[in-house]
Amino acid sequence: MQTLTNDNWLLTVGTFLPLVGVALMMFVPASDERAHKQIGIVTSAATLAVGIWTLLRFDFDQSEKLQFFVDSEWITVIHSNYTIGLDGISLPLYVLSMAVTLLVMIYTWDNMPDAGNPKSFIMLMLVLQVGMAGSFIAQDLILFFVFFEVVLLPMYFMIGVWGGEDRQYASLKFFLYTMFGSALMLVAFLALFFQTGAESFSFHHLAEAGALIDRDVQVWIFAGMFIGFAVKVPMFPFHTWLPDAHTQAPTQGSVILAAILLKLGTYGFVRIAIPMLPQGAKAWAPVIGILAVIGIIYGALGCLAQTDMKRLIAFSSVAHMGFVMLGISTLTEFGINAALFGMVAHGLITGMLFFLAGSVKHRYHTLEINRLSGMLIQMPRLGWILGFAAMASLGLPGLAGFWGEFPAILSAYNPNFGLDVTLYRTLMVIAALGTVLAAAYLLWLYQRTAFGRPNPEFAGTHSVGAAAADDHHGADIHDVTPIEWIAWTPFLIAIVVFGVYPQLMFGVMDPAVTALVERVGAGIP
Amino acid sequence: MITALLAQAWQAPTIDWHAIAPELVLVAGINLVLFIDLWLDESKKWAMATLSGMVLLGAFVPVVTLAVVGGDVRDAIFDGRYMIDEYALVLKGLFLLVGYVVVLMSQTELEEGGYYQGEFYVLLLVSVLGMVMMASSRDLLSVFVALELLSIPAYMMAAWRKRDPKSNEAGVKYYLLGVFASGVLLYGMSLLYGTTGTTKLTEIGAALAIGDPSVMQVLAVVLVITGFAFKISAVPFHTWAPDTYQGAPTPVTAFLSVASKAAGFTALLTVLYLGLYGATGVHEPYIWVLAALTMTIGNVVALRQTNIVRMLAYSSVSQGGFILMPLAVMATDAAESALRAVVIYLLIYAFSNLGAFCVIMAVARKTRSGEISSFGGLMGYAPGLGVLMTVFLASLAGIPPLGIWIAKLQSFRALIDAGSTAAYALAVIAAVNTVIAAAYYMRVLRQIWMAPAPDGDTSPVVVPPPIRLALAITAGGTVVLGILPGLVLRFADLPDLTGALGF
Repeated sequence: MQTLTNDNWLLTVGTFLPLVGVALMMFVPASDERAHKQIGIVTSAATLAVGIWTLLRFDFDQSEKLQFFVDSEWITVIHSNYTIGLDGISLPLYVLSMAVTLLVMIYTWDNMPDAGNPKSFIMLMLVLQVGMAGSFIAQDLILFFVFFEVVLLPMYFMIGVWGGEDRQYASLKFFLYTMFGSALMLVAFLALFFQTGAESFSFHHLAEAGALIDRDVQVWIFAGMFIGFAVKVPMFPFHTWLPDAHTQAPTQGSVILAAILLKLGTYGFVRIAIPMLPQGAKAWAPVIGILAVIGIIYGALGCLAQTDMKRLIAFSSVAHMGFVMLGISTLTEFGINAALFGMVAHGLITGMLFFLAGSVKHRYHTLEINRLSGMLIQMPRLGWILGFAAMASLGLPGLAGFWGEFPAILSAYNPNFGLDVTLYRTLMVIAALGTVLAAAYLLWLYQRTAFGRPNPEFAGTHSVGAAAADDHHGADIHDVTPIEWIAWTPFLIAIVVFGVYPQLMFGVMDPAVTALVERVGAGIP
Repeated sequence: MITALLAQAWQAPTIDWHAIAPELVLVAGINLVLFIDLWLDESKKWAMATLSGMVLLGAFVPVVTLAVVGGDVRDAIFDGRYMIDEYALVLKGLFLLVGYVVVLMSQTELEEGGYYQGEFYVLLLVSVLGMVMMASSRDLLSVFVALELLSIPAYMMAAWRKRDPKSNEAGVKYYLLGVFASGVLLYGMSLLYGTTGTTKLTEIGAALAIGDPSVMQVLAVVLVITGFAFKISAVPFHTWAPDTYQGAPTPVTAFLSVASKAAGFTALLTVLYLGLYGATGVHEPYIWVLAALTMTIGNVVALRQTNIVRMLAYSSVSQGGFILMPLAVMATDAAESALRAVVIYLLIYAFSNLGAFCVIMAVARKTRSGEISSFGGLMGYAPGLGVLMTVFLASLAGIPPLGIWIAKLQSFRALIDAGSTAAYALAVIAAVNTVIAAAYYMRVLRQIWMAPAPDGDTSPVVVPPPIRLALAITAGGTVVLGILPGLVLRFADLPDLTGALGF
């Protein structure tokens, strides 16, 4: 394995920097809410600054190699090391996690969820950031597992404390599903370790040794990992926690969940399950493909049936992640590239949609699609942004969403390693139908909420009037605030930039993906 | 004539005083505490706690020096029936530390309850002495003596709240079932002695390893394991645990659920690894069933509890199942991983479980209730305790990077190292149980973080200094060992005990 060990402090600092903020906040009394928000923003800005420095120092000509590589002793008794590094596959996700955390922090300045207590809220978000960034840099299975689990508790509390009506049910469901997945995943990790001869937990070693395991054993181990990662993605039929968690989570939680946490699952497939168990992957690929396409159609139909805007966006996540998984299941360079692009694009677009849903809820105190209408008249700018995000989400060419979906569908035309072509072409056709449904539910959502006359229920609430006194008391319909502009503009710019010039990201990922697919190919006789 | 004969027959053994210094310090300390207590004025009884704490820390010193000196002093003494090896030292250290934390916890409880302080600490020290001896015992007799020495004071401590019928019930139940278990154990031991002609564990091991065990020996192995199963509250011999835990004073509960259980496991480990390993066909399936039942039933019943102590009682039953799990593969290639897994689990579990009991004590001082619902709104009025309880319970649930995750990992590792179908099946059962366990730990956390204070009383909780110290020790251990498990994993390399087996 070729690695570059320049600037090897960068990743460690970038990952653990948020903990400095957490330590500082411990000494500030909870009543000083402003200070906590400031510390949160400064810490995550500093973290992103380290991330951008990483981006600048990254050698883009060698993006297939692990850079900023560190390999030092950690738990020697069980052969697990503190091995970290970054290549073209993880770089975009690593930086995305930092950017999203900062923007969410900024959004929190004005939009603290109702339960209050910004101290705990911001501390949890910073801990969450450590877990997310750490998962993307880990190059050791045990280290990855630890980071993967670190995100669990903060998210549980974010949903459970600051969420909506059914928050306790939703948070517990989220927790138990994920816990179940990771317990089986851990068993699979250990099985992999012992089957390869138990020398090291490093990704590199396991990717070399894993391919030598018997095919049948590979299939079993892959099954364990499949459940772990598929719950996180989430893939049909393990997706049922997602709509609840998303709907009940506070806006910040939904954004982080959609933008980063779900990617941990797909990233796990690309980084761990497939390269380490090539034959297992080949055996499971058709199953993944079929479940992915079921997810696409099921998610889309689910969307059409929703009456709550946030729940609709949540179901659209199931559909979008279906495209990502379809791309991965082809085991082609093209498909995996598309999947990785789709992960980032989905993070940006769905994250943006959840921000919008949060702001709509904040203004109207409802997300019921039937009660919302005429947003373009009442809040033209917010209405336009919603339109923009909806277009991006349905995969309009020229915006980021397109480059995740279209190549993923196309890649199914020619799956790799002798996978059943007929099956994949059928899947391709069905997935293409899924995009039509996506257009349908998103445009329908947009029509119902943005077009038409404003609902008279909310008509008189621009100014303080008598009408504001009844059930939606306090509803204050105003357009996009400056804080929202600051938090959202980077998303909007990124969606356009990656849409117009996708090579920016494909260029980084492609060499790493090519190397990965080659390695998989070498492991399949 | 007689003097000459005596001089001939009895030779004073050469005793390595350094090696048994921890026990000697404890014995001296016990007498000292007993003696001073007689002459101490009632108003100064608080000093007894401090003194007992110092005795325990004093006994810790030779443990450390022995570990540092190593080598030559660790030779077997008393004909190899009492060993001071690394395995023994690690566990001795654990028992002394747990004893110290329990003293810290007892201090306020006893002072405020006006209980018999001096006597309590004497009994506690005696019990710890029994545990410290257990770690070194390599003979059926010394194992049994140590077991009784640690159990009998515990029976009385469980009933310490004399005027509380529940506490009496706790003591009586514990006593009756404990004595019954001792009887079963003793019967098994007598059969072992009868069929092998020796009480030395290594010799029993050698005798059992030859050929198939006879019917008597099979019965003996089953009875011995059953005897210990009572001690470690393995299902279906766990029925005393919830009532005893709930009725006993909280520090005693903490002591029973951590130290007493660890001592039971120590005995089981020693006896299994040195004596019974040859009878693979008997103990392997028996422990497999015990472990699977213990973790599953403990968990499922814990789900339904509304009282926090009772819930933790069942949770500790189910944790026992996890600790037992690797022993189901102890007679395979995974023997060493299994031993390491059990020792690591005992060490880390002690920190997290004691910590959880400390928080319960601190909160109960204010709420005067043991219901899970009394923890409502804790994050609001006592965020420090809330976060600590989160750390302890998350650790018990096995979430990295907190303590017990590495212990759980080791247990899974041992099973998968063994690689048989039965081992894999047990691993999957354990994986499912991890999720069930998470459900009830999360229920407490849900109260702490998400529910309002039950009666709207949000006055702050006053945490007395000894409990603060106990919390600092347990929380520090839980977090540090989770992030840098290498610190204790090193101790669990146990060439001495496994060396005897020839692995």
